Amino acid sequence: MARFPKPPEGSWTEHYPALGTGPVSYEDSTSPEFYERERRAIFKRTWLNVGRVEELPRSGSYFTKEIAAANASVVVVRGKDGEVRAFHNICRHRGNKLVWNDYPLEETRGTCRQFQCKYHGWRYDLEGALNFVQQESEFFDLDKDAYGLLPVHCDVWAGFIFVNFAPEAEQPLTEFLGPMVTDLEGYPFDEMTARFGYRTNIAANWKLFMDAFQEFYHAPVLHAKQSPQKYSAMAQQAGFEAPHYRIEGPHRLVSTSGVRFWEMDSELVKPMEITTRSGLFGPWDEVDLGEMPKGVNPAHCDPWGLDSFQVFPNFVILLWSQGWYLTYHYWPTSHHTHVFEGNVYFLPATNARERIAQEMAAVTFKEFALQDANTLEATQMGIESGYVDRFLLNDQEVLCRHLHKEVADWIAAYESVPEVPRP
Amino acid sequence: MTMLPTEFADLEPFAPKWCLPSEPGRYAMRLSSSMDEMYEFYEAIHPRAAAAISHLERFDLYGLPEDATNLLHLLYSMIMVSFPVEAWGQPRVPDTGSASFDCFTEPAP
Repeated sequence: MARFPKPPEGSWTEHYPALGTGPVSYEDSTSPEFYERERRAIFKRTWLNVGRVEELPRSGSYFTKEIAAANASVVVVRGKDGEVRAFHNICRHRGNKLVWNDYPLEETRGTCRQFQCKYHGWRYDLEGALNFVQQESEFFDLDKDAYGLLPVHCDVWAGFIFVNFAPEAEQPLTEFLGPMVTDLEGYPFDEMTARFGYRTNIAANWKLFMDAFQEFYHAPVLHAKQSPQKYSAMAQQAGFEAPHYRIEGPHRLVSTSGVRFWEMDSELVKPMEITTRSGLFGPWDEVDLGEMPKGVNPAHCDPWGLDSFQVFPNFVILLWSQGWYLTYHYWPTSHHTHVFEGNVYFLPATNARERIAQEMAAVTFKEFALQDANTLEATQMGIESGYVDRFLLNDQEVLCRHLHKEVADWIAAYESVPEVPRP
Repeated sequence: MTMLPTEFADLEPFAPKWCLPSEPGRYAMRLSSSMDEMYEFYEAIHPRAAAAISHLERFDLYGLPEDATNLLHLLYSMIMVSFPVEAWGQPRVPDTGSASFDCFTEPAP
């Protein structure tokens, strides 16, 4: 018996009839050839979040981002005029990677007045213009104005910096994000600068980790031992249901209901959660973030736990009711590997008690994420063996179904356009 | 030379090992410690946590004296070892043999 009402069609999945209800194939997560198609049709063609404006606090602040799925390295920099721009990280002289330290494959960040190539000393200003060429008179008819850094489309929404590798972006950023996401405008992302960042290499296709974090059907089982036995038994008995799912364009949302741990019997929570007044759902004591924009908890769930916005293709913004948020990025590196980055953001703590509650929430997040991460390698092995080729998805896994369909649809749309010269 | 405020002299034996300023340091120490070591540390510090937090709350978080900073780091380590002690019965999260999750930035302090 459902605890929360489902749409009139009887299920969330049937509410979106294009999704179907049948078994699905994960060939899209095991095929090197499919990955190449994803790279062309998605990662070289749509808006990708590469960070936040707080990472570029002043003119000359920069960071580099390796985006293997687009076969690109970008340098993102705040110019003298305060604007955030992105450029291909390539010197126009002989193609040397422009900005890197020690290891060309590793990302870097810092502050500078200009970029200077390590190879022959060509220099570019913060707006990308070529302004110095070593022994310029040795060149032939060199027009420096024609050899600035190659720009990458770059736009900022709510402090989130996006790039797009298409020759021309097919949609402006906010149109691509659509109202479900842009209705988060006004959430105090810019004030939540206390950040814990985590990164790891995952031996699984990027979509499998997105699936792991866009359904919570697994939570009472995979994470059972994170909680005292009495709580786990109750959670497993109850199973998981979300009160609200929403699909809009290529993006997805799940809202969950909240748990008032602080009202629970002490046998149901861990001693350290009581000591720190914090845990998986975040600090127990409310922080005042002011009035929330209408995009937050759009179905008015009460008690509300979290909203997980799955922004196509590989970016997640997850808002907790306890006044903190997470971002996830899944950066493919091959058909069966990717780099996962998770960031945890809080308002800066005003005292040690708040800071300790944040530490507990961040450490707990890592304990859970480690369990999710290791399962992925096991899943990749299972589906990659090829012996089983159809798998089941229930109604609480509706968002997994949508991601794989959306990826397939983008590829089909891209490949249906007559062949023209493409980068 | 002591590391902690005098009120917390009873925790001094744990300070050299567990006053660690970064998450990667604390996580590595957890993985390389025995359960006996972590039980002993947890049982000593957990009953003192409320007093330690109250002590630290008297200061500006961003201008903590050195001994208070050490105490805060010791509390972070208490949180770190609480997972092996309260949940796992072993240093590592079960079934996460090949998984890692590297913390590359965290708030200071």
